[in-house]
Amino acid sequence: MAINKESNGYTIGFAIVLVVVVGTILAAVSMGLKPIQQKNAAKKKRMDILGAIKIESTRQNVDEVFKKHIVDGYIIDSKGKKIEGLKLEDAEKLDIQKQFRNSGIAPADRQYPLFIAEKEGQKLFIIPMVGKGLWGPIWGYIAVKENMIDIQAAKFDHKTETPGLGAEIKVYKAFQQQFEDNKKICDDNGEFVKITVTKGAGASGNAHAVDGITGGTITSKGVEEMMERTLKVYVSHFQAK
Amino acid sequence: MSETVKTKAPKEPLFSKKNRKLVIDPLEDNNPVTVQVLGICSALAITVQVEQALVMTGSVLFVLALGNVVISLMRNLIPSRIRIIVQLVVVASLVIIVNEVLKAFLPDMAEKLSVFVGLIITNCIIMGRFEAFAMAQKPWPSFLDGIGNTLGYGIVLVLVSIVRELFGSGTLMGFPILGDKVEGTGLFATDWYANNNLMILPPMALITVGIIIWVQRSRNKALIEDH
Repeated sequence: MAINKESNGYTIGFAIVLVVVVGTILAAVSMGLKPIQQKNAAKKKRMDILGAIKIESTRQNVDEVFKKHIVDGYIIDSKGKKIEGLKLEDAEKLDIQKQFRNSGIAPADRQYPLFIAEKEGQKLFIIPMVGKGLWGPIWGYIAVKENMIDIQAAKFDHKTETPGLGAEIKVYKAFQQQFEDNKKICDDNGEFVKITVTKGAGASGNAHAVDGITGGTITSKGVEEMMERTLKVYVSHFQAK
Repeated sequence: MSETVKTKAPKEPLFSKKNRKLVIDPLEDNNPVTVQVLGICSALAITVQVEQALVMTGSVLFVLALGNVVISLMRNLIPSRIRIIVQLVVVASLVIIVNEVLKAFLPDMAEKLSVFVGLIITNCIIMGRFEAFAMAQKPWPSFLDGIGNTLGYGIVLVLVSIVRELFGSGTLMGFPILGDKVEGTGLFATDWYANNNLMILPPMALITVGIIIWVQRSRNKALIEDH
């Protein structure tokens, strides 16, 4: 018996079967691969933290290198006060991206992880940051030297910025290298000063300004906003120390 | 079952002349980008760097070849009223699977691709080939059609990205070619050419595609419409 393919019943039935089959396949793929993806993401995070203090690692050796260089970590609240009882593991697990995007969490309730690293006998503070680019989230790490004023290095990343334009915050080495050239998060009195990201600012020798990305103005502004909002909290923590 | 089904024509060889044409035709005479003017959106978006163009071509190859086969296998079951939705579901699912698998097993690659994997869904070539070819053809020719069209798409993508990366950033595959004379970088350090930022912006992709179409049509008069 031939089935009438144009009948409403067949059409609806086909749609239901298709959706159920596709849904099952996708759910199975997603669930089956989730543990592997999470492990990858955790490793990537460690690589990023190490990258912020210019230590290269690969997916193979990252756990080992991380243990060697990252000596401590804890979480501070939005007023810069250390939250007692939380250790390095907690700081590592804290998903600031999720907190930032969750409108249910007031900015005052956000938590801020801080990692303490040791490199060539030098103590460094690694500050993770999250913010908004043009198309989606951007994030980064700033490493501050032991005097809690000078920036040692910075590293930025993004999810969906335009390749060749906003995405250059990650790819274009010279952009990140600007932060290694005597930039500071505070003035000489230890007060917080924001770092501006604008055209032509880098060459001026200003310790609180870097050059933006041509064609990536909104992403550059996003980087600026992200640094201002986050570093403010950490500076208040450093002041209290 | 009707009688005609049993009296089949002798089996066609896998790479018959007709099947070979399926792969070769889209490369030049029936190029999906320059002749059918499909997939322009992604040609604008991801031709800033050659590497991205190559990676995009690889991803589209997987989705289009496999999607064509899946649609072709289902072609006699799909109700015509919802066929576009069915095609969309197939593309979207394949793209999600590609994305998930990449994230799990090739995390570095997945990171490099980032948005491009999702962008494949918006590629009109894929829906176009599903609708125009796979809905009416057997799986094997559909598979070849998918490969041919992706390669045709890829050639244009790579050509455009070579022009844009070379004149926009002075590099090819990230390797400096037109470098800075003062800093002594690049293969041909020149002082008469400064990187043109306009090349990086989307309008230049359109203009470059236009120039490719112009060159192609002036070489091949058969492509010029009479009106």
